[in-house]
Amino acid sequence: MADLEAVIGLEIHVQLATKTKMFCGCELSFGDEPNVHTCPICLAHPGVLPVPNEKAIRYALQIGLALGCEIAPRSIFHRKNYFYPDSPKAYQISQYDIPICGPGRLGDIRIHRAHLEEDAAKTIHVGDSGRIHGSAASLVDFNRGGTPLVEIVTEPDLRDAAEAANWARLLRETVRQLGVSDVNMEEGSLRVDANVSVRPAGSETLGTKTELKNMNSFRFLQRGIEAELARQRELVGAGGTVEQETLHFDPASGSLTSLRSKEEAHDYRYFPEPDLVPIVPTEAMLREAREALPELPAARVERYEKELGLAGDVALTLATDPETARYFESTAAAADGIEAKVVANWVTGELAAALRQAETEGGAAESKITPADLASLVELVQEKKISHGSGKKVLAIMVAEGGEPAAIVEREGLAQMSDSGELEAIVEKAMADNPDAVEKIREGNNKAIGAIVGAVMRETKGRADGGEVNRLIQEKL
Amino acid sequence: MTDILDLSVLEAHNAKVAGELSPQEHVEAWFAAAASDELNAYLWRNDRGAGAAAIEVEQDWNAPIAVKDIFCTEGVQTTAGSRILEGYRPPYTATAVQQLIAAGLPILGKTNMDEFAMGSSNENSAYGPVLNPWDRERVPGGSSGGSAAVVAGGLAPWAIGTDTGGSIRQPAAFCGIVGLKPTYGAISRYGMIAFASSLDQCGPLTRTVSDAALLLAMLQGRDPLDSTSVGIEGGVSLPDREDLSGLRFGVPAELARDSVDAGVREVFERTLQKIEELGGEIAEVSLPNAEHGISAYYVIAPAEASSNLARYDGVRYGMRAGGEGDLIEMYETTRSEGFGPEVKRRIMLGTYALSSGYYEAYYGQAQKVRTRIAQDFDGAFAEVDFVVTPTAPSVAFKLGEKSDDPLAMYLNDFFTVPMSLAGIPAISIPAGLAAPEGGGPQLPVGFQIAAPAFAEQRLLDAAYALEQGIGFEARPGGGSGG
Repeated sequence: MADLEAVIGLEIHVQLATKTKMFCGCELSFGDEPNVHTCPICLAHPGVLPVPNEKAIRYALQIGLALGCEIAPRSIFHRKNYFYPDSPKAYQISQYDIPICGPGRLGDIRIHRAHLEEDAAKTIHVGDSGRIHGSAASLVDFNRGGTPLVEIVTEPDLRDAAEAANWARLLRETVRQLGVSDVNMEEGSLRVDANVSVRPAGSETLGTKTELKNMNSFRFLQRGIEAELARQRELVGAGGTVEQETLHFDPASGSLTSLRSKEEAHDYRYFPEPDLVPIVPTEAMLREAREALPELPAARVERYEKELGLAGDVALTLATDPETARYFESTAAAADGIEAKVVANWVTGELAAALRQAETEGGAAESKITPADLASLVELVQEKKISHGSGKKVLAIMVAEGGEPAAIVEREGLAQMSDSGELEAIVEKAMADNPDAVEKIREGNNKAIGAIVGAVMRETKGRADGGEVNRLIQEKL
Repeated sequence: MTDILDLSVLEAHNAKVAGELSPQEHVEAWFAAAASDELNAYLWRNDRGAGAAAIEVEQDWNAPIAVKDIFCTEGVQTTAGSRILEGYRPPYTATAVQQLIAAGLPILGKTNMDEFAMGSSNENSAYGPVLNPWDRERVPGGSSGGSAAVVAGGLAPWAIGTDTGGSIRQPAAFCGIVGLKPTYGAISRYGMIAFASSLDQCGPLTRTVSDAALLLAMLQGRDPLDSTSVGIEGGVSLPDREDLSGLRFGVPAELARDSVDAGVREVFERTLQKIEELGGEIAEVSLPNAEHGISAYYVIAPAEASSNLARYDGVRYGMRAGGEGDLIEMYETTRSEGFGPEVKRRIMLGTYALSSGYYEAYYGQAQKVRTRIAQDFDGAFAEVDFVVTPTAPSVAFKLGEKSDDPLAMYLNDFFTVPMSLAGIPAISIPAGLAAPEGGGPQLPVGFQIAAPAFAEQRLLDAAYALEQGIGFEARPGGGSGG
């Protein structure tokens, strides 16, 4: 049996952080008393009509542009008909064959489309199962009903669970930086469903997919996909076939249960929403949306790699969080004549470690170290005014109390030993104190040099330059 | 002076301005008249008591008005003629009604109608049929049958109704009054209970063309609560055209064929002669797709209705039946008991037409026909100013005569549906009387004039000139006029 390749596509629902709902003037809220943000429109009283939220349309345009999507010059709303208490009209206003955002790309993953729709109300099923089946009663909270959503659908370009989770993180960060959503998975303002299938490696055709729902963290998303891939691989490996179905992931047990099979799938009877006119973004709207776009993580990563020569993982670490990215860029700008790569390594390496060590809340940007001070420190090390080890010591002090590195170096007496006579004497003493090591080096065991260097560093309290110490030892041999 | 109730609204206004009629007397006369309803035309009457507090009655100069029970009125029962909304008191008032109230029009009452505006005879009301004031054994037409009957029967000086495929024009014709369906988008639909959203339009039912213009002027306008509303640019003013010289009236060859009663045809021909006498010109035009209007309409309207009526599920308001511990059973019982047979028929038709695998063959095809019909009208209006037809193929028929034959009933809309599909304005004015097929006392015949989108002013001007020329004076129970 050939290896089975995983094929994964994601559907992401993003709740837009507008002031009001998608089609009425009710305030958006999270965690308020149930059913306080309702009106005749979002309760679907007879005779009411939807009026689209202009802000939501602008936000959708921003998401589309950030994902490199083609923006439809004219898109329309459809009605998706289904009976359920979370849908007071018994249809959801969504977009169907002409979404506002067409094909695009984020990172290596192609976006199929992104469209505007309204969220359903929240149903709470009273009973042990927590689901409608077997519940003693179901309660509906219409506060959430009508919240603007953008649904983003990827092409099935993802090949494993970790990749899917990582890409979803990038997407969340991208949307978060647009400022159009809270993207909080626990609160449900970002919801990720996964379409999962397997196929023989090298095959071009798609296998039968299942749809996974209810994964409310990236960890659960990864675990859910892993569990489903394992199930499908075992099934197909044993000669079975995957049934198209919708699966509910239980994060507590890690199990997947079937919500409905293909036979039970709804016929949503989509048709164009006659109560709404087409969305035709004006040139001005598009221009405003473009101008409102910040530099997004994917673009920043590319710039760091190509223009600043950073390694891929370092670029990704810096670019993902806009605060850290800004901090890094300010530091690099302040560090005169020093390669950005070196500064990047300090920010993601030494500084990150020092912050971790000190158990500081927040990242570099919130620390007591200003970009200018960090730049000075990097300069001191690069210009060999202090040793790398001293640099770390200064950094630890800066993390704890802030301050200028030069002053700290002065105060702590960490300046590199510039008097080579003094250092030479210390080296000679260290060699005399470690005759075994000297002997071993002479026999060709270069590792033994560490013992002598260590002794010199102890003696000089780290103020000696490691390279100079090495040179002196070799010279004396 | 003549009886107050014989005056049109404009005539009464002029009398009031001349000091010949007291505004108070005028309003009281109409409230008293409304209270004498024997036609089952009102589902709710404003007794101006405590129960009616939600509708503010201002004793303004303006004439009180009857409102079809499809318009939501805050705190006042609004049923759309359906059992499923029995006792439903909306938490808000429809924009159109709000505008009337703002203009100082007291609301006389809410008028009976075919359930959810589905019907051409008013026999589909869950609250019993409305009787035609000309002959109480006959239907008033539908679905705005109550609104037409109150105006014709002296129970209201004017009324508003809604027209989806003829629901203002056909009952206006059957009751011998004026009924105008404005351009789609001329008047807000907010608060008007939806039947078929892409077709529904509010409009006036009045004694005269001038009154229709007065009412339209108050109703039209862009409403921020209705994205599809645009209003009528330049507004509407009282018509004052005296002749039809220089105007061309097109008679569609395809719609003038058979299935029109002889009496109706005679009145139609006579009206064409009258147009020529008034200086107008009659031409034949071609609307090759119009005869498919009924087929397209009875796919599109039920399809939209199947979705619009899905909200009546017993969960949030209105009737609830069954459902002890089972949601689906509650939905089913509520809807089975709450909806009447015609509504259920259309929900099923519409659900089928939209279902996967049939959508293109039915809904998709119907939309293509609709586009073609609109293009046909565009073509016709390149040659003529108006398109004219009989409003309905017959005069008012007997109660029960067609209620077992939905297809025969649907054919009543044959002349009115094409304009609805094209979204253009059309007016029905009383053109004369004709004996029904099978004999009986003479009954009113309507003459329909259609105009290009938003050409309401031109339409009203021409209809006014023709109305003056015809001089239709007949009243229910009175002598023959036209």
